[in-house]
Amino acid sequence: MSGLADRLAGRRVIVCAGAGGVGKTTVSAAVAMSLAMRGLRVAVVTIDPARRLAESLGLVALDNVPRRIDPALLVPVGIERPGELWAMMLDAKRTFDELIGQLSPDERTRDAVLANGIYEQLSGAVAGSQEYTAMAKLYEVACDPRFDAIVLDTPPSRNAVDFLTAPDRLTSFLDGRALNVFLAPAGLARVTAIGASVTFAGLRRLTGVGLLDDLAVFFRTLGGLTEGFRLRAAAVRDLLAAPATTFLIVASPEPGPSEEAVYFAGRLRAAGLPFGGLVVNRVHPLDPAEEDQAATAKRLEGALGPPLARRVARAHAELQVLARRDAAGIERLAARLGDPDPMLVQDLDSDVHDLSALAAVEAQLSGTRRRPGALRTPS
Amino acid sequence: MDYARARMGGLLDKRLVVVIGKGGVGKSTVAAALGLAAARSGRRAIVAEVAAREDVPPILGAAVDHDAAGAERELVPGLHHLSVDPDRALGEYLHQHLPLGALASMMQHSDAFLLFAAATPGMGELLSIGRVWELTRARTGRRRRYDLVVLDAPATANGLALLAAPRTFAAAARVGPIAHQGGEIRATLCDPARTGVVVVATPEEMPVSEAIGLQRDLRRELGRPADRAIMNAMLPQRFSAGDAAALRGAPDDPAVASARWMQARGRVQRAQRARLRRAFGEVPCTSLPFLFGARQGLEQMERLAAIVGSAR
Repeated sequence: MSGLADRLAGRRVIVCAGAGGVGKTTVSAAVAMSLAMRGLRVAVVTIDPARRLAESLGLVALDNVPRRIDPALLVPVGIERPGELWAMMLDAKRTFDELIGQLSPDERTRDAVLANGIYEQLSGAVAGSQEYTAMAKLYEVACDPRFDAIVLDTPPSRNAVDFLTAPDRLTSFLDGRALNVFLAPAGLARVTAIGASVTFAGLRRLTGVGLLDDLAVFFRTLGGLTEGFRLRAAAVRDLLAAPATTFLIVASPEPGPSEEAVYFAGRLRAAGLPFGGLVVNRVHPLDPAEEDQAATAKRLEGALGPPLARRVARAHAELQVLARRDAAGIERLAARLGDPDPMLVQDLDSDVHDLSALAAVEAQLSGTRRRPGALRTPS
Repeated sequence: MDYARARMGGLLDKRLVVVIGKGGVGKSTVAAALGLAAARSGRRAIVAEVAAREDVPPILGAAVDHDAAGAERELVPGLHHLSVDPDRALGEYLHQHLPLGALASMMQHSDAFLLFAAATPGMGELLSIGRVWELTRARTGRRRRYDLVVLDAPATANGLALLAAPRTFAAAARVGPIAHQGGEIRATLCDPARTGVVVVATPEEMPVSEAIGLQRDLRRELGRPADRAIMNAMLPQRFSAGDAAALRGAPDDPAVASARWMQARGRVQRAQRARLRRAFGEVPCTSLPFLFGARQGLEQMERLAAIVGSAR
């Protein structure tokens, strides 16, 4: 396996995961573009795109539903019918509210849940809800017949794997059977085990009455929805494990993101989920000439004049230090992840904020415009 | 009168400094540098990470010690480290707040309680920030154990959730120990005399946008702005506008390509730094240099510590 096309053949759901700050959003958009170039109707679900990336896609703003990118804008970068590119930005709170609406048996239940204080916390402020809603949205878009393929840009959580367990965590939260034993008045009467009653006394002492009351109301109101959430979580798990799904791990050559990539790959393996390949972003190109700084300055003296030639030589030497470190880091990471030929993307000289810049990233991922020597995979 | 300086005093004189920003901008590096600066000035300092992360020890050239997870340990003289493990923080919390050790153990091992703790939204955050807050009050004998606690917070949204958890629980629990402690932690976080907040960004569009958003969110959540912005990884300015024109006309060559890259990237960086400075107004912004050599190790950190420690 080498280029993006080979790796993604037959895949319908592509999840891009990795540490924060490695350019996941850009890589996700470029992957979606690549699939659209091959005639697929593709939706990219991003978490937090650069405002200028949205603008460059011809969208005033991204919102919680997929928006189609104007086909006229896509022709110059090589996307033509039947290929389509759609984009949306996840709104965690809205997705959660909609889900409650879908799962509620009636409007009264829905309104009661939406008005509950604990739900406010769960859907809005709390870490983890973004991971859950990303999964819920992935499932929803995957079931949408308008699309052949979906690319998901995962949330920038500090632990890049949180979203894998998010559906299960939420289910266990809503599945508060153990809690119901001592929260619901009817349940209380049934508590006979000394352990449980001691626990309840301790809990009450610790939390104060208010919190327990809010939780009790929340669980009672949501009781009827628990089954729906459980089914949805199971469906998401099946979708992630389906043969048409693959995970791309995005990293930079830096130690932190590399460690996260290794950790994530281990979690994928443990969960029996498919690893589709490693993308290393923000790579500094290695100059195979390995010329020393003084020689570079001397060589460029005629064209640039001695003072500028010296500064250029210094800048080049500094970047070559980075490039050598990158190459060594990539080699280690590739070996640890078991992907001998990772897809490399150069550290660009500015933010990606138009379609042609995105197309340039796509070309690097696909290996179509990789200049020999410009980006060398460590052998 | 310098508004920001008058209000904040030196960052190292606070009891707690929270380091927050987008993922990947170097929060752990900045937290380590602040802790090292404090230690080098004769203070006893500790850097705390949450969610059982161990990013800081390698940055300071120390080995990661998984056996030490959840325990305070000295990495370099005067500088300690703690990786807060929410499960362990729960046990410690129970032992502190329940009168009988046996009762605490029973609750800790009770499925119902574990489920409650794991499932209650924000409970992990509350326990983690609570553990960090305890560090600011910890004593060894009659002496305060640490002069300065540096919190290496999670990325933007999760970091804010951590800072917001005490208020959430104080409001939801209304009465009882959780409400009481939530209120106390919140008072500490909101008090600029005791707590400093440092927002870290790299000079790119998204990290700067998040930093600007954070300043707004901090005012909303804590009723106070950040004390300082830190712009990490600024490239050296090697080329003038005149050089840039000369480079454009120069023949294609790998070295010229490097110079063009550095010139173009440098321009974007300075524009983003200017944008951050405009948005932060009177709040000072300190730049840290891009490190071409090793990113980790005590020697590099001493360089950064000297900058963050002397910045006013």
